[in-house]
Amino acid sequence: MNAARPSLDRNFLNRFGILIALIALALVLSVTTDSFASASNLTNVARQVSINGILAVAVTFVLLTGGVDLSLGSVVALSGVVCALFAHPGEYPLVVPISMGLITGALCGLLNGVLVTWGGIAPFIVTLGMMTMARGLALIFSSGKPVADMTPSLTNLAGDWGPLPIPVLCFAFVALLAWLFLGRFRLGRHLYAVGGNEQAARAAGVSVTKVKIFAYGICGLLTGLAGVVLAARITTGQPNAGQAYELDAIAAVVIGGTSLSGGVGSIRGTILGVLLIGIINNGLDLQGVSSYYQAVIKGLIIVGAVWLDRRQSRS
Amino acid sequence: MLRACQLTKTFGGLSVLQEASIDFHPGEVHALMGENGAGKSTLLKMLAGLYQPNGGSIEWRGQSVRFQSPHDALSQGIAMVHQELMPIPDLNVAENLLLGMEPVNVLGWVDRAELHRQAQSWLKQLNTDLDTHQPMRRLSVAQIQVVEIAKALARQADVILMDEPTAALSDHEVTALFSAINTLRQRGVAVVYTTHKMDEVFRLADRISVLRDGQLVCTKAAIEFSPESLIAHMVGRELAQVFPPITTTPGDIILEVRGLTREPSFRDISFTLRRGEVLGLAGLMGAGRTEVVSAVFGLTPATSGEILLQGVPTRITCPAEAIAAGIGMVTEDRKGLGIVPAMSVEHNLTLAALPQFSRSALLDAAAERCATQTATTDFAIKASSPQQAIRELSGGNQQKVLLARALLNRPAILILDEPTRGIDIGAKAEIYALIGRLSAQGTAVLLVSSELPEILSLTHRILVLRQGKLSAELDPRQTNQEEILRHAMPQ
Repeated sequence: MNAARPSLDRNFLNRFGILIALIALALVLSVTTDSFASASNLTNVARQVSINGILAVAVTFVLLTGGVDLSLGSVVALSGVVCALFAHPGEYPLVVPISMGLITGALCGLLNGVLVTWGGIAPFIVTLGMMTMARGLALIFSSGKPVADMTPSLTNLAGDWGPLPIPVLCFAFVALLAWLFLGRFRLGRHLYAVGGNEQAARAAGVSVTKVKIFAYGICGLLTGLAGVVLAARITTGQPNAGQAYELDAIAAVVIGGTSLSGGVGSIRGTILGVLLIGIINNGLDLQGVSSYYQAVIKGLIIVGAVWLDRRQSRS
Repeated sequence: MLRACQLTKTFGGLSVLQEASIDFHPGEVHALMGENGAGKSTLLKMLAGLYQPNGGSIEWRGQSVRFQSPHDALSQGIAMVHQELMPIPDLNVAENLLLGMEPVNVLGWVDRAELHRQAQSWLKQLNTDLDTHQPMRRLSVAQIQVVEIAKALARQADVILMDEPTAALSDHEVTALFSAINTLRQRGVAVVYTTHKMDEVFRLADRISVLRDGQLVCTKAAIEFSPESLIAHMVGRELAQVFPPITTTPGDIILEVRGLTREPSFRDISFTLRRGEVLGLAGLMGAGRTEVVSAVFGLTPATSGEILLQGVPTRITCPAEAIAAGIGMVTEDRKGLGIVPAMSVEHNLTLAALPQFSRSALLDAAAERCATQTATTDFAIKASSPQQAIRELSGGNQQKVLLARALLNRPAILILDEPTRGIDIGAKAEIYALIGRLSAQGTAVLLVSSELPEILSLTHRILVLRQGKLSAELDPRQTNQEEILRHAMPQ
């Protein structure tokens, strides 16, 4: 029985390591700064992380299958532009621009999925191509200029619903659905199986192709949502928006304990990773650290978190 | 020459080997026997310097030594041929054999002619005639093993340790390996090896040490053991009947295969399978047995030929279709095609039968929990909890989970490809008993096995494959191992 002790502690660290780091960080910031613990700052942090949060949840699906999606940032821009094109005042009801943004994202994702499965091309290559292509399409559709003149009913979506910012509600809703899906749905279980051992999943009767296309499709759909939310927030469809968003999203997922080789990870971890990155950014801002140093610190944290994780799982 | 004195090893508080003392002599083949987890591999790895003992010592030529690394042990003359072989696939045989000790000319360049000459002379000492110019990747597992042994010889090894050298070999490859080992014995090399195969040990070993639960049970000359007494020592109890008698009479034809072909693996395979029948598929490695049953299960569909289920022609293009049609399979490749390592025991178990555990698309966790409890009891699966990751289980327990997985769908036809490979005798006996029970319940079983005693004792009928073609259909009550081998050997 004594032998079980250390492994129990290690499991505890594995499960709650990031949570502890998050709480410790929040405590330090509450003590060392006046403004961190204020309601307005916390709302602000939540608002800032919501887009990265939606993207991180999106890419969790793909990373769980052992794939990767580098096209997130470009697809955010493309869906934002498409959404804005249908959002001029008095043209269409609100549901049209929103759906067009979502559909654009979903189509990009499905195309990624089809190329990865039926095309048999490595996800890195496929989504690298999509990254370039979607950016190009965003520039074509917008003629290279921001698509302005959006109806207030859409830009209001970046505002508040009661005391809560709508983007934060979107993130929370998406995270809840994804959590339910991965934990309680057959297809969610299949996702883990495909990422954990693709051949064994196939031999157990899982349709690997279906699962992968689904994962990329959902990832695209949620990326479209992030595009719509971003367009609402900056009140334009920006063809140059979302540069390198995919990297922030993947960083958050990886900090949250999801393995890049697939099969291991959770939405809970992804949310913690998103919050950790968001609070670190906010804390560094509040402490007046220059953005140059912020980038260096963020990089160290990403590598450090994964290093600690690997060391724990190896010991 | 080499002596283990009270060697002890613990992992995380769990003792895997306790105070084992064994002497190893030059020119002697010494077999270590025991169930999985008995501590055989651990003992070998300590002798080879891969593990450091927690207690006791190793004496080498009368002096107490501590090997810090395998390289350390090798420089003293103790080499290990690993269970998972590690050749460099794109280098040729000679380059692999003399890796790190290539002959060079005055300019420091590798002397190719000399390299091949030396490599050939080492291989000749093992009575093998391999082309040293061919790349390692073209070699069979047995040939790779011979190269590894030659590699040990080239490094002047006086002791060669081998962990399950015959696990992946077919019978005639085993014969080739054994003649190499005999040569080693004549040269005065001490050979220490582990195996699960009973018949081999009596063909090869001079002395046998039996380990059980981390303790040395006894060391005796091989001739002092009988197969029965050896098993009894290994499991600690008499296994009165390892093989249950087959009592059922087969019913109607449930599966018929006509002219199944997939070049170059197999061609024109036709056979029938009846309810409650256990049909054995024998043959050498590479004869196409796995490929044939994989085609029936849809893993790699055949290019031509027909599969009839209860008389109805059925197209099976992927495992999902096979499962839906009432076929279950436990593949030979447990790691590659069986377990999802990071997933829990429970999730691995229910993976192929999720529709049973869901209302619409939503999973019913309580039903899954319940099925897992039933399966862990029925199959005596040893896991700390249903949530334990399956990769942490022993091979035998993983195999039982995979069997339970295939059976959750209550298949009418069950394909078992080498179901007992690499698992201990206790688990083997349980699997044999299970095959008997399934047959009595009317399940048709297609059993592929390289262990002829298994095929002979468990089946109603035996098909023999030779180089991708059916070469014989035999009645297990009227045949023997020699006859099966005669039909299996390439002509």
